[in-house]
Amino acid sequence: MQSITTFITALGKYDFLQSALITAIMVGIMSGMIGSFIILRGMSMMGDAISHAVLPGVAVAYMLGINVMIGASVFGILAAGLIGLVANKSKIKTDTSIGIVFSAFYALGFILISLAESSTNLHHILFGNILAVSDTDMMTTTVVLGLVILFIVFFYKELLITSFDPTFAQTYGFKVQVLHYALMLVLTLVTVSALQTVGIILVVAMLITPAATAFLWTDRLGVMLGLAAGIGAVASVVGLYFSYTFNWASGPAIVLVAAVLFGISFVISPKQALLPSLFKGKARMGRRVPA
Amino acid sequence: MLKVQNLTVAYSDTPVFTDVAVNFNAGKITGIIGPNGAGKSTLIKAMLGLIKAQTGTVEFNGHTLKQFQKQIAYVEQRKDLDLTFPISVFDVVLTGTYGRLGLFRQPSKADRQRCLAALQRVDLADLADRQIGQLSGGQLQRVFVARAILQDAQLIILDEPFVGIDLQSETAIMAILHQWRDAGKTIIVVHHDLNKVSRYFDDLVILNHGIVDYGPVQDVYTPANIERTFSADLSAVLFTQGGAQ
Repeated sequence: MQSITTFITALGKYDFLQSALITAIMVGIMSGMIGSFIILRGMSMMGDAISHAVLPGVAVAYMLGINVMIGASVFGILAAGLIGLVANKSKIKTDTSIGIVFSAFYALGFILISLAESSTNLHHILFGNILAVSDTDMMTTTVVLGLVILFIVFFYKELLITSFDPTFAQTYGFKVQVLHYALMLVLTLVTVSALQTVGIILVVAMLITPAATAFLWTDRLGVMLGLAAGIGAVASVVGLYFSYTFNWASGPAIVLVAAVLFGISFVISPKQALLPSLFKGKARMGRRVPA
Repeated sequence: MLKVQNLTVAYSDTPVFTDVAVNFNAGKITGIIGPNGAGKSTLIKAMLGLIKAQTGTVEFNGHTLKQFQKQIAYVEQRKDLDLTFPISVFDVVLTGTYGRLGLFRQPSKADRQRCLAALQRVDLADLADRQIGQLSGGQLQRVFVARAILQDAQLIILDEPFVGIDLQSETAIMAILHQWRDAGKTIIVVHHDLNKVSRYFDDLVILNHGIVDYGPVQDVYTPANIERTFSADLSAVLFTQGGAQ
């Protein structure tokens, strides 16, 4: 308990810790929300791939001195496009296509970063360094959070129907592919924001784990989005606390907290969970209503 | 009338069917039957523009697919859907308004009332708040018919709507199909089971990698056609004891 008081006192004292906390919360919220659509569309692998594929974009941005968001977006969309191209224009399945493209991009990113060297710290990109968040980073993250919320609010109908029933959306002439690439673009922006807190390797955990946890607690998409955002934020705050107190890397700390929250939900949540099904036994089958 | 002309679809160079020409009449319920893998689902997907046809045109009352796209309701096979999706019965039916609304517009209060009315029409209003995975096969099929009601389309295409559903749902769905027919809509049903063919449909299309025959059901649903498309045994079973019902 002492350490919590210490953490709160430090929050009042150090600006860098405040920035870290605010950024971590924002990243938790945005990745929870976008992650909900990623898992409902069965695109967890794609989320992982895009988050890795932005690495060369980050390197190029450092080299050219342009905004990281721009470099990352270009490579994120390029990767999404190539994955789609290989899967659609050959008999190769999507998961294989994802594996080929993202590992190639990731490898390219490594080489470019080692070429750029300079002030770029590979370790921080890979594992996150939340305590080094600058004011500019925080501003950028705020803008991305705003974009994510606007995207979901304006395209809620379309995100819902293309996630649930894309064939139906196609029959009334909706361009399912356009929304897919828009989502990939937003995913790229979220990924770059999440680089700060959890690093490239663990971005996928922030996308998937809070969203999957939320999924276990609700049957409504709107509620799931809110819960996932909340769980993402809580995991970020608690993870940051562990990171500060025990001097753990921030990324792994946040991700582990999210995983623990999932584990608890898996055991006690009413839907598809361990504990209720143990008690109710076969009664769970009774949820299906006979006609 | 939906007019299909020299439609050819191939999956990686193997044609599913070539040069299909067939008409579907307004004010009729037309069944499409044929053996497994005969191309029934492929035909309707090509007509809907969901898969690309190598050649051919599809016209509805003289309009191209793009022009009449908003006039179509498609009731797909239940097995193609994610039944764990966090969505309620009511919200599934409400997606029937999305095509008409387009971008940036939300369903209105009137839309929600029409949605509830559609659910009442299929006798599912009391299950409106259920998550869709908690319904039986027949109830789920009625949910998607309710969505088609909300779409208020001129052309309604149903893919295997009667597979694995209870009698009550079947009767309810048939009643709605009859209502649509009487309103002059064009209704196309892909059908698997050969029983009840002449009870369900006014017109019939028999498909087996191409059109075997089409026209009024009494002209097309004949022992000769069934023997030619399926087997002599099946034909014998179906047409003994009072012929084609």
